[in-house]
Amino acid sequence: MSGGKRIGEPILEVRSISLSFGGVRALAEVSLEIRAHEVLAIIGPNGAGKTSMLNVINGFYHPQEGTITFKGRARQRMRPHEAAAQGIARTFQNVALFRGMTTLDNIMTGRLLKMRRNFLWQALHWGPALTEELEHRVFVERIIDFLEIEAIRKTPVGQLPYGLQKRVELGRALAMEPELLLLDEPMAGMNVEEKEDMSRFVLDVNDEFGTTIALIEHDMGVVMDISDRVVVLDYGRKIADGTPGDVRANADVIDAYLGVAHDA
Amino acid sequence: MEFLDFLQALFVTPFVMMWQNPEFLLEVVIGGLLTGVMYSLVALGFVLIYKASGVFNFAQGTMVLFAALTFVGLLEHGVPVWAAFILTALVMILLAFIIERLVLRPLVNQEPIILFMATIGLSYLLDGFGEIAWGGDVHALDIGIPKEPLVFGGVLVNEFDLCAAAICGVLVAALAVFFQKTSIGRALRAVADDHQAAQSVGIPLKTIWIIVWSVAGIVGLVAGILWGSNLGVQFSLSLVALKALPVLILGGLTSVPGAIVGGLIVGSGEKVAEVFWGPATGGAIEDWFAYALALVFLLFRPQGLFGERIIERV
Repeated sequence: MSGGKRIGEPILEVRSISLSFGGVRALAEVSLEIRAHEVLAIIGPNGAGKTSMLNVINGFYHPQEGTITFKGRARQRMRPHEAAAQGIARTFQNVALFRGMTTLDNIMTGRLLKMRRNFLWQALHWGPALTEELEHRVFVERIIDFLEIEAIRKTPVGQLPYGLQKRVELGRALAMEPELLLLDEPMAGMNVEEKEDMSRFVLDVNDEFGTTIALIEHDMGVVMDISDRVVVLDYGRKIADGTPGDVRANADVIDAYLGVAHDA
Repeated sequence: MEFLDFLQALFVTPFVMMWQNPEFLLEVVIGGLLTGVMYSLVALGFVLIYKASGVFNFAQGTMVLFAALTFVGLLEHGVPVWAAFILTALVMILLAFIIERLVLRPLVNQEPIILFMATIGLSYLLDGFGEIAWGGDVHALDIGIPKEPLVFGGVLVNEFDLCAAAICGVLVAALAVFFQKTSIGRALRAVADDHQAAQSVGIPLKTIWIIVWSVAGIVGLVAGILWGSNLGVQFSLSLVALKALPVLILGGLTSVPGAIVGGLIVGSGEKVAEVFWGPATGGAIEDWFAYALALVFLLFRPQGLFGERIIERV
């Protein structure tokens, strides 16, 4: 599944981003680009700055230096809800769902930005607001079908096993109809079968909706299988960027993973 | 002998009184329930803010007082009741904006205890500001709610309490619809569950905070008007909020129905205790009953009647 066929221009460009917390340098002058319709994997040892990178892209962290250009608009800082409004959706490393709500309600929250009707109409549950609510419900049901989670539609997500929670979280992100989907370790803590399911969903999303995907993953087998391109971070720096094959052969990457001595 | 009398007053006389005069018991319970509704209203303000921002808002009682002071101050300047209500509601919304900007935003992602301390400061600030703006006198408040006693089949009910309960009922129903049926409500429940996740689906935290604090302010205004019509608008009104604390412990900090049921239990419980057991203990049970009940709950059911059971995973 190495791509190239329909991969387009970069939709997101990160230019020499630096991010520190107090004295700790999480990212040091990292530049990377995410091209339209590709599946990009960001890999690296623990503490390499992978999650920090995602947090910068979707506005949770504001880098001290550098710019981010998304769909042609450059910016240094952006709030998470603004990133969401511009079409960036994400999932989290340690599942961040609304635990008290059902699967259906969780995925419905992904539609909040698309709802236009006045809340007074919604309160009456009548007229245009009802039509709108039903349209969104139809959309959400399609996602539920797609992710094969019909059986747990009405279950509060706090009661679901971990693998299914991850799937619901993906569903919520998909409900936002994002142009760029950020997945933070979508397969962490899953068994082989669940990983295969999740890989299939990621590829299907990419294929069917053309969604651009950037994901962080530790399972190298999965990374090599599903990504079109791989970026490697180590100690907050980018040490490699290329096709899975290139990266696998890269000496720096092998050093980083096998733990050749670094100057601390 | 004296001890036996005491035991009798504690374990026999109250039940004999109840048995002999059930209408009177009913009257006391209803009177208590209607007071309880007003406790619920104050507790509701706490719950709304706690659910959405995880802040235990110590200033809720002062917000009730501040709203009532502003309302009564406007009335005394000859503003008609409906206009005074709308103006005060606007003041409370403005207050929500100011609190979000000056208190919540700089303290975002801080420990809950720090936000709690900030609300203590806020409460003193509002207290002082209210006194500077409207003076420290007791203001009588009469917005024309009738106060005649009514008799239903031998049971005496205060008309004012009945009106107050009706107003609270309407308010609670409106809030329930708002939170369950609208997308703002859904966004609010999302924020209550997980801040980060809520932001990632595009919910602006700032707006949600302003909305909850505004709603809490308006709930506080209604509570302030009702309490103020009953007791006069005075600084001890913010102490009524203290009664909301046992109500919260009973109902659970995160539950809107809990706040309502908790208020009803505390209201009716303390009235019944006062009337029937007061003679045995020399009265004043009303003042401590709620807290004693809260202590019992803390021992045996710390999450309250409807609260979420807190399970810490380590």
